[in-house]
Amino acid sequence: MSLPIDQVKRIAHLARIAVTDAEAEAVQADLNRIFALIEEMNAVDTSGIEPMAHARDLTVRLRADEVREGDQHEAFQAVAPQVEAGLYLVPKVIE
Amino acid sequence: MINASLKELADALAARRVSAVELTEHCIERIGRLDKGLNAFITVDPGRSLEQARAADARIAAGHAGPLTGIPVAHKDIFVAKGWPSTCGSRMLASFVSPYDAHVVERFNDAGAVVLGKTNMDEFAMGSSSETSWFGPVRNPWNVDRVAGGSSGGSAVAVAARLAPVATGTDTGGSIRQPAALSGVCGLKPTYGTVSRYGMIAFASSLDQGGPFARSAADLAVLLNVMAGFDARDSTSLERAPEDYARELERPLPGASAGKPLGGLRVGVPSEYFSAGLASDVASAVESAIDELKKLGASVIEVHLPNTGLSVPSYYVIAPAEASSNLSRYDGVRYGYRAPEYDDLVDMYCKTRAQGFGAEVKRRILIGTYVLSHGYYDAYYLKAQKIRRLIARDFTDAFRQCDVIAGPVTPTVAFALGAKVSDPVQMYLNDIYTIAANLAGLPAMSIPCGFGSEGLPVGLHLVGDYFTEARLLGIAHQFQKATDWHARVPAGYA
Amino acid sequence: MEWETVIGIETHAQLSTRSKIFSAASTAFGAAPNTQACAVDIALPGVLPVPNRGAVERAIRFGLSVGGAIAARSVFARKNYFYPDLPKGYQISQFEAPIVQGGTIQTVLPDGTEKTVRLTRAHLEEDAGKSLHEDFHGMTGIDLNRAGTPLLEIVSEPDMRSAGEAVAYARTLHALVRWIDICDGNMQEGSFRCDANVSVRPAGSDRLGTRCEIKNLNSFRFLERAIDFEVRRQIEILEDGGRIDQETRLYDPDRDETRSLRSKEEAHDYRYFPDPDLLPLEVKDEWVAAERAALPELPAAKRDRFVCELGLTAYDAATLTGSRETADYFDAVTAALVLREPGGDARAGAKTAANWVMGELAGALNRAELEIDRSPVSAQQLAGLIARIRDNTISGKIAKEVFDALWAGEASGDDAADSIIQAKGLRQITDTGALESIIDGIIAANPAQVAEFRGGREKAFNFFVGQAMKATKGKGNPAAISEILKRKLAG
Repeated sequence: MSLPIDQVKRIAHLARIAVTDAEAEAVQADLNRIFALIEEMNAVDTSGIEPMAHARDLTVRLRADEVREGDQHEAFQAVAPQVEAGLYLVPKVIE
Repeated sequence: MINASLKELADALAARRVSAVELTEHCIERIGRLDKGLNAFITVDPGRSLEQARAADARIAAGHAGPLTGIPVAHKDIFVAKGWPSTCGSRMLASFVSPYDAHVVERFNDAGAVVLGKTNMDEFAMGSSSETSWFGPVRNPWNVDRVAGGSSGGSAVAVAARLAPVATGTDTGGSIRQPAALSGVCGLKPTYGTVSRYGMIAFASSLDQGGPFARSAADLAVLLNVMAGFDARDSTSLERAPEDYARELERPLPGASAGKPLGGLRVGVPSEYFSAGLASDVASAVESAIDELKKLGASVIEVHLPNTGLSVPSYYVIAPAEASSNLSRYDGVRYGYRAPEYDDLVDMYCKTRAQGFGAEVKRRILIGTYVLSHGYYDAYYLKAQKIRRLIARDFTDAFRQCDVIAGPVTPTVAFALGAKVSDPVQMYLNDIYTIAANLAGLPAMSIPCGFGSEGLPVGLHLVGDYFTEARLLGIAHQFQKATDWHARVPAGYA
Repeated sequence: MEWETVIGIETHAQLSTRSKIFSAASTAFGAAPNTQACAVDIALPGVLPVPNRGAVERAIRFGLSVGGAIAARSVFARKNYFYPDLPKGYQISQFEAPIVQGGTIQTVLPDGTEKTVRLTRAHLEEDAGKSLHEDFHGMTGIDLNRAGTPLLEIVSEPDMRSAGEAVAYARTLHALVRWIDICDGNMQEGSFRCDANVSVRPAGSDRLGTRCEIKNLNSFRFLERAIDFEVRRQIEILEDGGRIDQETRLYDPDRDETRSLRSKEEAHDYRYFPDPDLLPLEVKDEWVAAERAALPELPAAKRDRFVCELGLTAYDAATLTGSRETADYFDAVTAALVLREPGGDARAGAKTAANWVMGELAGALNRAELEIDRSPVSAQQLAGLIARIRDNTISGKIAKEVFDALWAGEASGDDAADSIIQAKGLRQITDTGALESIIDGIIAANPAQVAEFRGGREKAFNFFVGQAMKATKGKGNPAAISEILKRKLAG
């Protein structure tokens, strides 16, 4: 597989990572080599094999519906880039 | 003191021959003197450490000491610790001081251990050499121009250079075993679900597992007794009765005798692990170690793990896929790095993440984003998950014939710093022997078993069936009673 | 050209758990910003989700109440996208394997016809936080209190053919989730929000047209108006030879129109995959059986019973089952009535009771802005009143006066209506002797009107009825008065 440069840029944008043209080209070369490795998977027939999403075939444990957390926003917001009136501030969201 | 076992240290502390404060000061002094050349630690905070040491001394004096009370432990900087910078080796979290403790940290704190500092690592645990850290590469004490292995290189080196008696790490594709092997210490990755992942910054959730580093298997058992156990805050944490991981250290296997402590043990050696990619110096050290196991009474048989070759390709789909999603939370909104200049919200995201993450992390995010994206999911992600099952089945089949699998941890001894940085595929292939245990969720460990070219350490890989940590530790302990590879100290660090 | 409208609805119902779906933070509405957003909700490094049994339990209850299949194994998946109110950069939802599959909602339209809407699925997911767009130096404020609140997303098939059907469906669904106590249904607070997928096609066509999704409709009125607007908009475009673009639109209530949500420059690519932090969700048969056993009688069953056993019209039955509280109240009235009238005509009694509950009582509650479970007139008291109408102790007109006194709390106890009738002397005069002498007096005093009536002016009869009621202060039994008057005037 050869990943075209516009695909590299599309993925980078989907992942919200800014890339310059030069970076995109460097990444493209790396990704193409990595995907050549990954595509070794195609050598094996996996039809009829159940995908394995977890390390063990177990089921999830559930929690009782209880409130056990209190207000910690001051401690949490001490490490926030920008806050005001208890809110996290971000550049204006345009709908 | 720096070569004492945990048992000896605990005895010395109990007998008041040494105090926790003295022990901690001794470690801090060594770090101050020796770590400049190694870069094993990202953060040390003597004030905080000594405060904990004083509390430990009070606890010892009051007669409430446990086996780890007063013992300094170095935590991989992937474990968040309240009040400590918890950076994960990334610029993204360089200024992040955690408001809470990871479960593992909490366990050590409850046991009275002292947090000695936070160790260096590949950024977000993505790497096999501890070179991708925002805080610079970790160096190998056996040869400072060589890599320490990764991603938990700082923890491995802290133990190898006797900067800390013990340390914690995490293993997603070999990140405990690989640096343990390359730095000449012991490291154990338990069965998935044994150690809570709560507060362990996620790389690939279905593969990540915390574990200990120490200089001996006996010390690993003491550490695992503290680290392991059910935690309701991690829904993949296993609800099992607590066990004593030291219980099989001295207990001979059924069929064992005094002269043959491993009598009755069936050691499986996968032929696939001794193929073209394995360097001859590593192969011969590992083969000698397997001969040693035989001398101790084990029988050795050949087993097959036919899908071994597919473990790297499938891992480099699954781990980046999970990582691409796990790392989406680093967006510059609630904590961590935010780009200083941007045009709008999307630009803020893109610049924050471009500047906050290093090249390898970005590479893996891009791989993961791509394999999950529309039209590629089945061909990559689902395919990799199916291969994951084939790999897990290989082990199920092998464990019908043997009790433990033995082989190499890494294809070569520690390589030169910078040698593989520009070639990600070569870097990824370092993990060829370790990844499968993560994909299958099996316990596995690395113990020193000799030296290869240029006097660099070689690790012996032991992989067990689910929940056989105690047996793995017993085998390793018997090996270490018969050999002294684990007791060797790199020159200049004795 | 004739056009047919096709509507499917996706509803987000906030589940009424105390704690969030994946964290132990409170779900209470209205707290100060970010005071109910714990480490898991704000996605600190290292935190992990642990699913809430209460949310799963509510999803099972819903699935059973619509006759859907409860998946023995369902899967939590991540839906990846960046948005400041989505702290993890992904929403935990269910994608390929939802907990509820299939099921139906039966609703009754205003004309009394029944309509069945098929459900595709219902799945569990977490809510996002809120973006506050008021000006913080040109920035947006993010409050994550709502982040992680459990949602059940209920997806219908495109089975509705008009805004009216869509509203009927939404109302029935709204009543149901409150009925089975899984959602408080508070639409102002956003506990129950609808997205409508609207398309039009030439009548008779069996191909679906291109649809637009109208997001976040938080009242039935907006739902109706937004669909009406959207249908008109699409038909206009098509009739002008244009083409509908598949897009997401927002309804603006101030302008009463939908407008395109300027979608991102890229197509959405959510990269769904099974959440590696969460093992598959297993629901064992025993759990389903226990939830089934605990379910109350459901609105559709109750509606059928009201129609078949009590002889109510389908529409009245639908109205009375509009909420569980109303239905329970009505059930209590009819049950009390049966006890008060052994051997009486239960069906006739039920009809009267239905009229009172939907009429006088609903009106009074509405004026007082009270819910029926807070009604000052208890079901027992209303039954006592109805019993006195039915045994002719009071007339319907006097009954309204008694009801007002009951409402005002002028008497207490189950027999409060009797106390009021007694105290105010409202008992109807049915004693024919007494009525006859009153009527004799009226006839004697009004010879001119008698002559008129006997001369063929039948309207004059009403004059005598009026005089008789006036003389009895409204307590004369109208039927008896009429009968006596007819007899005497004829003479």
